[in-house]
Amino acid sequence: MVVQKITKIYLYTRFERLWHWLQGLMIIMLLITGFEVHGTYKLMGFQTAVNVHNFVGLSWVILFAFFVFWLLTTGEWKQYIPTTKKLFDVIFYYAFGIFKGKGHPVQKSEGAKHNPLQRLAYLGISAMLLPVQMATGLLYYLYNTMPGTIPLSVLAVVHTLVAFLLVNFLIIHVYMTTTGHSLFSHIAGMISGWEEIYESTEIQDWENKATKKT
Amino acid sequence: MGKMKFNRRKQIFSVFIVMIFAIFLLPGAFASKQVSGNKEALGIKLAKQAVRANKRWTTTDHAKIEILKQDFKSGDEITQACLSCHTDASMQFQETIHWTWKVPSEKEGIMNGKAGHAINNFCISGNNMEDKGCLSCHAGWNGTKGEVNCLACHGSEKFNYKEAFEDLKAFAGDDDPDTIEITKEIQAEINNAVSKITMPQRENCGECHFKGGGGDGVKHGDLDTSMAQPNKNLDVHMAAEGANFSCTRCHTTVRHNIAGRLYTRPAAAERKSLIDDDMASKITCESCHSNMPHKQASKMNDHTDKVACQSCHIPEFARVNPTKMWWDWTKAGDLKDGKPYVVKGEFNKPTYKSIKGEFRWEKNVKPEYFWYNGSFSNIGIKDEIDPAAIVEVSHPLGDKDDPDSRIAPFKIHRGKQPYDKIYKRMVAPLLSGPNGYWTSFDMNDAIIRGNKTLNVDYSGEFDYVETTYAFPITHMVAPEEKALDCNACHIRENSRLANITGIYLPGRDRSTFIDSIGLMAVLGAFAGVMLHGFGRFFTRNGKKE
Repeated sequence: MVVQKITKIYLYTRFERLWHWLQGLMIIMLLITGFEVHGTYKLMGFQTAVNVHNFVGLSWVILFAFFVFWLLTTGEWKQYIPTTKKLFDVIFYYAFGIFKGKGHPVQKSEGAKHNPLQRLAYLGISAMLLPVQMATGLLYYLYNTMPGTIPLSVLAVVHTLVAFLLVNFLIIHVYMTTTGHSLFSHIAGMISGWEEIYESTEIQDWENKATKKT
Repeated sequence: MGKMKFNRRKQIFSVFIVMIFAIFLLPGAFASKQVSGNKEALGIKLAKQAVRANKRWTTTDHAKIEILKQDFKSGDEITQACLSCHTDASMQFQETIHWTWKVPSEKEGIMNGKAGHAINNFCISGNNMEDKGCLSCHAGWNGTKGEVNCLACHGSEKFNYKEAFEDLKAFAGDDDPDTIEITKEIQAEINNAVSKITMPQRENCGECHFKGGGGDGVKHGDLDTSMAQPNKNLDVHMAAEGANFSCTRCHTTVRHNIAGRLYTRPAAAERKSLIDDDMASKITCESCHSNMPHKQASKMNDHTDKVACQSCHIPEFARVNPTKMWWDWTKAGDLKDGKPYVVKGEFNKPTYKSIKGEFRWEKNVKPEYFWYNGSFSNIGIKDEIDPAAIVEVSHPLGDKDDPDSRIAPFKIHRGKQPYDKIYKRMVAPLLSGPNGYWTSFDMNDAIIRGNKTLNVDYSGEFDYVETTYAFPITHMVAPEEKALDCNACHIRENSRLANITGIYLPGRDRSTFIDSIGLMAVLGAFAGVMLHGFGRFFTRNGKKE
């Protein structure tokens, strides 16, 4: 095996990191309070859980709107365009290659912060799960002021289902951060903005085309 | 290296920003319910306005009225004196249920009310006023005959007129100076009592309504003698250190018809506050507190369309005196040496009476909750029953889909009482008097006599059936901080609203299907990453050292 030199590139801007951690914090708070409201366990008391959940949930919706605006104006939304190129390479890497010491088939770059599997996962989360969760949450919150639209039971069940899927995502997402060069290198990257990559890795043109930043 | 240093600074900066955001986020969330903390809740503000001028004043001092200074020889004479000024008072009063004890029902030929065809599971029926035992609470000087006893409700002095007039009668014509002296004294006492005229006070109403069913706290559960002088813990509205209301503060009156009667019609036809209509009745909580009584943006305000205020604000009833919860007529009639007896139990209350049967008393009782539109379904003596089931003699009406129905608290009094086995109807045994059950201990004979008072046929065969009787719980409103916690209802197990089905109640309800597949997915993901992680650990990421 060839020993590759590791170098660092500045991948995540301050705003992206801030948004990532803030959203993560809000989602975790919403999950903790949400499952208490759901009756799964008793932690801070129903009333506090409801108040925290409502406050954080509404804050999230508002901040998410800013984030979407930022995505659109900066063109960063192109980072989420799904592709099947190298998708199966990535899947095979995580299924087999990773145990054999093979290199990751897709290297991160400023123009391609996410590998094809990440693109697909994050697009699904950001474009499907999160909007559904926000919409059902808002309708749930406003249920009393606009009755008769969708039964509360339907809203609640969908909201709960998506919450479970988000827990699911969270577990896998956190685990995947340990698959970098060292257990914490990806997390360190998301904190500092500097991600470690191999110097020798070639970054293909199509991968960079997304944001045209070279 | 310089770049790395700059990088480190940025790194610290971004962590710092995230932390600041988090710090702002957390207390904000916890404080969201206190955002308007310094401002008074709308419901309290409005209610204070509604009762700001609570001193009634009058231009009449009854102690100065000449006609009240005469030598009264009977109650009827007192009432005639009252009527000499208040010309229409009796006429008005005699049309109210307080006098007739009857109220037309929606069913053809059926009269509700204890003198009508209604029955209960206490002393069962008033037997068309034939049961004299009931008449001690009738507001006349002599049962249903003669004049209205105005002083039953308007006399502030508790005085035994009956005894006084009997004494006067016995002493009449006796010219012994001592007797004349005593006669004068009695007469002066009567005049003194008669001069003390008042708007009805708690003691006036309570004389009957605290003791309905034959004793303190038997019937209502939220009305007993503890409500004559309640502390703020027991009743915020009636406590001297609270709002110090008399009953009539909310039970407002039109032509002697007192608001708050509940039978087949609600106490208030419309739910509106004094803001909507300043002539609105004050009988509902909303009248003064509005339908947005809690602090602004409080989730509690979202409850008022479906949950009655009482459901949370009266966490338990009978909080000072016990109330009767069970009355089993099947056990009645057991005699010791041929004589009736009484067994006393907990709270020093009778648990057995030969004349009435077995009782159970309870204190600090959690209400039962039902949808309630303000009226009740009643089983009267002419209605057919299903003896195989528990007969709901009185039960709240309401439905989750009815915008006028809300979830409200009730005392459910349970018991066993006689019914007609052949005709499948409830029966109305006559209890008091020389031929009543309390003397004869012959239930069949008592039913024959009792049904006759109501002109209802009786087959001659009876058995006992279990029944329930519902009382709305609306008094004994506890202080704010004693109101029910959210998870009295919003909880998976033992929710107070366990029997309110067909709705989605957060915290109580869930889709077990979604919850199970959700949990399986989460556990699956967890197992998957564990497996993957172990794989990487044991293959050392495929690196050969």
